[in-house]
Amino acid sequence: MSAQNSPKRNSAESVTESLVESKLDPDTAVVDEICAAGEPWVKLLMQGQTFRIVDLEGNQAVDTLFYNATDSMERYSATDTIRCQKKLYLTTGSKLYSNLGNVMLTITADTCGRHDTLGGACAAESNTVRYGLEKFPMHSCRDNFLHALAHDPICERRGMSKRDLPSNINFFMNVPVSEDGGLDFVDGVSAPGKYVEMKAEMDVVVLISNCPQLNNPCNAYNPTPIRLLVWDEPNGMTFD
Amino acid sequence: MNQPNAFPNTFIWEQDIPGGCHWSGIVRRGTTLRLVDVAGGANAAVLFFNQEEKLERYNMADTLKCQHTFRLTKGHACHSDMGRVFCCITADTVGWHDTVCGLSDAELIRRKYGVARYREHRNQMFRSGLDGMLIELGKWGLGMRDVVSNINFFSKVTANASGELTFHPGNSKAGDHVDLAFAMDTLMVLSAAPHPLDPAPAYRPGAVSLAAYASRSAHSAHSVGSAPFAECASIPENARGLENTQRLYGCHGGEA
Repeated sequence: MSAQNSPKRNSAESVTESLVESKLDPDTAVVDEICAAGEPWVKLLMQGQTFRIVDLEGNQAVDTLFYNATDSMERYSATDTIRCQKKLYLTTGSKLYSNLGNVMLTITADTCGRHDTLGGACAAESNTVRYGLEKFPMHSCRDNFLHALAHDPICERRGMSKRDLPSNINFFMNVPVSEDGGLDFVDGVSAPGKYVEMKAEMDVVVLISNCPQLNNPCNAYNPTPIRLLVWDEPNGMTFD
Repeated sequence: MNQPNAFPNTFIWEQDIPGGCHWSGIVRRGTTLRLVDVAGGANAAVLFFNQEEKLERYNMADTLKCQHTFRLTKGHACHSDMGRVFCCITADTVGWHDTVCGLSDAELIRRKYGVARYREHRNQMFRSGLDGMLIELGKWGLGMRDVVSNINFFSKVTANASGELTFHPGNSKAGDHVDLAFAMDTLMVLSAAPHPLDPAPAYRPGAVSLAAYASRSAHSAHSVGSAPFAECASIPENARGLENTQRLYGCHGGEA
């Protein structure tokens, strides 16, 4: 992902109404990891588990894809997600649909308020188009994805390749569309410590590129780390 | 609208695609393809692939963000995921083509319109956008993994401030057309089933016809910034995409 041109401050009015905090305690998480700026991250999530992405320093784009863990041909679909809910932006309550029309995950908490699924991932090739032909050697989200597909055992075992890279989600990115068909990249929704949390409705592989885009004023030309947490499904027993 | 006979180039072939049906074929660079909405209200779901390397395919995200647009119309380019341009939209009597809503699938068609199978309805059977796409992709060794966000020519969907979508019936009238000037040798796959958000209660997808012409100058197709690509190339991102495309054909492009 990545924005360009001068970032504009966006009226946050329309994106604050859906803010929902989580009651989950990081001390009880079964996974609590940091993904450094500009690196990929892969994890298997089991149905019922809850997954949180924390934007540690603010305005970091987290390019994210999901695959059915038992058949990676079934994968996150931006168009199914948009058309099934007749809505462009993702926030609490949004369901993340697969290309087979199944709900893969549901967003259960969101302190940011709006996430993008139109802007896709940055790539060496699209960087040449967007920023200049000389930008080709710069690190990109697609390079992260392809690195993970080549090296991570979870992806490797499934025989995944570039063919399996569709349009992704950009958590914490704000890409508003105007009624007359304009599309922009604007600043001003995410901030340090904001997070989004989602519950897995099926066993899924999570593939993340913590966006390394350096041509992007939206992150002050400074990609930053993210924190990733996973909680098991509560077993229903309470002790208080 | 422009009269078809005002088209300045040499006619090569044409193909009628009844509503609900599907088509695929190679469209070479230097060709301008005119898509016509025959009776009004058609939807032409389209994907593009590089004919030489079909891993390279239409990319909705790059197309939108390179041009800061949510709709496609004249002056826009259709970008690949490899920094190149499949084609430029050089004429458009419609004004708005959707590229974010994807395809109707069999379940959606069944829920919305019911079931009409071949055994009773013959070629008037109900077909879905996805199934038509998969049949055409299958002819080229492609399949579900190659189905990415497509263009829905002739369909208009707008978003309000909170991102809620509205489908606009009647966006395209009988005889409306859009012209695509190709800069790459392209496998084009088309499915003319209803748009997934079309609220029409009856299954009556509109027919689409294709007409291929040799672009104004075969040589100009290799040259960034000259006809028929000049208008598209006025967007710097498109000019760079066309430059990348030119490199692909540099060794035998003459003017490259």
